[in-house]
Amino acid sequence: MSTIAQKRGFASTVWDYLTTVDHKKIAILYLIAGGFFFLLGGIEAMLIRIQLAVPNNDFVSAGFFNELLTMHGTTMIFLAAMPLLLGFMNAIMPLQIGARDVAFPFINALGFWLFFFGGLFLNLSWFLGGAPDAGWTSYASLSLASEGHGIDFYALGLQISGFGTLMGGINFLVTIINMRAPGMTYMRMPLFTWTTFVASALILFAFPPLTVSIFMLMFDRLFGANFFNVAAGGNTIIWEHFFWIFGHPEVYILILPAFGIFSEIFSTFSRKRLFGYSSMVFATVLIGFLGFMVWAHHMFTVGLGPVANAIFAVATMAIAVPTGIKIFNWLLTMWGGSIQFTVPMIYAVAFIPSFVAGGVTGIMQGAAPADYQYHDTYFIVAHFHYVIVGGVVLALLAGTHFYWPKMFGTMLSEKIGKFTFFFFFVGFHLTFFIQHFLGLMGMPRRVWTFLPGQGLDTGNLVSSIGAAFMFVGIVSLLVNIVITSVKNEKVGNDPWGDGRTLEWAIASPPPFYNFKQLPLVRGLDPYWLEKMEGKQTLTPAEPIGDIHMPNGSFVPFVISLGLFIAAFGAMYQIDDKAWAIPVLIGGLVITFGAMAYRSIKDDHGFHIHKEDLIDENDDKGVKA
Amino acid sequence: MKDRLTKWRLLSVFAVLTLVLSGCGEPFLSALTPAGEVAQIQYDLMILSTVIMIAVIIAVTVIFVIAITRFRRKKGEENKIPKQVEGSHLLEIIWTVIPIILLLILAVPTVTATFHLADVKEMDKKPNKDGVRDALVVNVRASLYWWEFEYPDYKVITSQDLVVPTDQKVYFNLIASDVKHSFWIPAAGGKLDTNTDNVNKFWLTFDSQKSEEAGNLFYGKCAELCGPSHALMDFKVETKSQDDFKQWLNAMQTAKEVTPTDTAAAEGQKIFEQSCLSCHAVSPQDARPEQARLAPNLATFGERARIAGVLEHNEEELKNWIRDPEKYKPGNKMTNTYKQLNEQELDQLAAYLMSLKVEDK
Repeated sequence: MSTIAQKRGFASTVWDYLTTVDHKKIAILYLIAGGFFFLLGGIEAMLIRIQLAVPNNDFVSAGFFNELLTMHGTTMIFLAAMPLLLGFMNAIMPLQIGARDVAFPFINALGFWLFFFGGLFLNLSWFLGGAPDAGWTSYASLSLASEGHGIDFYALGLQISGFGTLMGGINFLVTIINMRAPGMTYMRMPLFTWTTFVASALILFAFPPLTVSIFMLMFDRLFGANFFNVAAGGNTIIWEHFFWIFGHPEVYILILPAFGIFSEIFSTFSRKRLFGYSSMVFATVLIGFLGFMVWAHHMFTVGLGPVANAIFAVATMAIAVPTGIKIFNWLLTMWGGSIQFTVPMIYAVAFIPSFVAGGVTGIMQGAAPADYQYHDTYFIVAHFHYVIVGGVVLALLAGTHFYWPKMFGTMLSEKIGKFTFFFFFVGFHLTFFIQHFLGLMGMPRRVWTFLPGQGLDTGNLVSSIGAAFMFVGIVSLLVNIVITSVKNEKVGNDPWGDGRTLEWAIASPPPFYNFKQLPLVRGLDPYWLEKMEGKQTLTPAEPIGDIHMPNGSFVPFVISLGLFIAAFGAMYQIDDKAWAIPVLIGGLVITFGAMAYRSIKDDHGFHIHKEDLIDENDDKGVKA
Repeated sequence: MKDRLTKWRLLSVFAVLTLVLSGCGEPFLSALTPAGEVAQIQYDLMILSTVIMIAVIIAVTVIFVIAITRFRRKKGEENKIPKQVEGSHLLEIIWTVIPIILLLILAVPTVTATFHLADVKEMDKKPNKDGVRDALVVNVRASLYWWEFEYPDYKVITSQDLVVPTDQKVYFNLIASDVKHSFWIPAAGGKLDTNTDNVNKFWLTFDSQKSEEAGNLFYGKCAELCGPSHALMDFKVETKSQDDFKQWLNAMQTAKEVTPTDTAAAEGQKIFEQSCLSCHAVSPQDARPEQARLAPNLATFGERARIAGVLEHNEEELKNWIRDPEKYKPGNKMTNTYKQLNEQELDQLAAYLMSLKVEDK
């Protein structure tokens, strides 16, 4: 199929992507959009570090700085890390369980476009009077006091993109429960699939509180409600609870798939099955469960009282146990293995000390009285960058190198990859390690500038230099991608040579219908099992037959576009603009009209006929 | 024997850590140079958790280094297939149980300290016939971007520079009047948020010796993002011996409004009364309700450590500040609330403000 796509014109390729419901193409869309937002967030981070390089700097203004820090956090969490992970989930998970596609391809596309338009809307705030400036947590008293439309962009943008994420999560849950290939029992699922499963469950339970609280914020700001208005009997602490009931599981929504990617990489490049697979699964589920029990550790200084603080302190510490289990299992996976230091493996190996450093500071913060000192200082900034950059971003970079051949059929340069790793990794530690000490030495977080003579100068300068290193690393990754795409040297099914799971048994990139015949799974690491028995292909579970495929659809794009338009109406109606209400209604009409169209029109998809499948070059699927 | 050895090792780690960390930061600002009981408890907890965590890191690092050096794929091993190990129950029990034990070691002092630091029963004890409680209570009110400190039992108010006695517990009632802020004196103890919804209570102590080392002046910060000038919402904490503190309170209680002696300051007072008095009070005994106290009390302005919390305390900076507050604290509530002043008026106003003192310094 890929050769056919190349012969098409540019416009028809664009149309293809705008209407696609293929999980592999949606994955690429997620990767492009998430990558773009990742760069935006990175640029915002660079501006922050330039401003803080020296004391009393006025590189950016105080108000603009608050917009930068808010958008950096919001963008990186909601519009970069999560979509990039959703991209990998889309690209790999259905292949790993031997599915044709996700359960609801249409919803999958809708999820992406909602995320995309939500993110676009949020970022348009830069050009339309100023971005949100109350931090990514947007605490209610400040977010209600904030002037201009910044916070409205935040509320509406996240609302729209949040719908998309929620749909994605439900879709993956249904897919994993219902669409596993014959023989793929739960306890034979690759760990990346398991972590996708648990993260999706977390999305299912964590996003509704966010949706509710953002609705409340939106109604407070745009429609005269008083949920958080203390003077009118509202309560701002409620926002904090809502936000963190979402916000803490969100951390695990990010880190669990990252754990999954690393688990695949460790076992692949150690040539060993994952040590303690069942305890890894157990630990994943337990982390997901405990993740909902600890939100108030973000609120130790709110004044909840000693009982609440003590309970949440102990609960927080408990999470260290399953996380520790995972770390030791990874170490023991390498132990006795035959480790090959490819770029993904280098990232995975570097992840362990980085993440352990971030994890232990997490436990230190669990000690509530000590957290009274850490809270809202650069110590916290250091901690969460250690887990999110040292965990999630390293996983994204590792996953990019690891799965690139599967997604695009060509290998990223290992040489440039090592260069990227070096600069990013050194820069990462240079930037964030010293921030632990800055925090302890009395530097609050989210400060626009700091005065000289407080012993904070050197640390901040070092941190800013580190950020420049990371920047160089990311630029080299982009160069790598461009060079690789231009060279376009195609690779086979299993380019790393040690693939263990189903996705490595299929062509790179896979044909649009995935497996020609659904494979029969005979154990954990099914492809590895077959290889060990001297076979090159999987055992099919069914004879070659017609494959039912969904048609592409432009409707998801239109539904999302409608909400995007409606959001402008909702936002500007408080300025008494005459056009605002019609725009709000018009946008909703587009959305609901498109939904009605989708409901009324029959679309039965199409079949790929058996004869066509037999004709095709056979190494793309499974042999009979 | 072995026990003693590990204990000795642990102690030395403690000692080294303390030594290294005490080199960090300034004694008037750093949480690593604890200057009171609260900060000390928190610091000890930090050290304890750090030591436990370093032990964990060492264990992980040893396994990690051995694993990645010993088991690298060497030349000629390209086709080697390692043994596919499923797992090990024994190992898994070990690395489940040991962390649980370590966490229990940390959890016990954590819970104890949590309750100890939240103990504010003293605040609620009955006052004597003069309305004075045994415990010293300070009401802290945070506003964009300044701090008010009220001593309710003594009916005096000051702003920006908190004055506290050493070697006794000081209890705080915390609240915010506009958006949420957070009250933090790193060297004296961790922070507590000033919510808009409710009053938060806690206590701190200031060790006399440590205070002296810090020059009897600690830095305080706002730790919760509250707007553009969040970074500049600093305050200072002046520590006094208990006797000096009593004297200061007395001076505050009896302070009369300053009547300037020189003509410039007298002119300044007139300008002040026209342009500033509707928000700023100049007497420490300000009986108005807090909603009416729109700006910092300036009764002790001449004795402050900083102007607006961040600028050097001299007439030049004071004039700069009055000329354009927006330049020094973006988003503040003072900008454009008074008429433009010419240079002569500025000089007079500055002379007047600098003369505002309650103690003879």
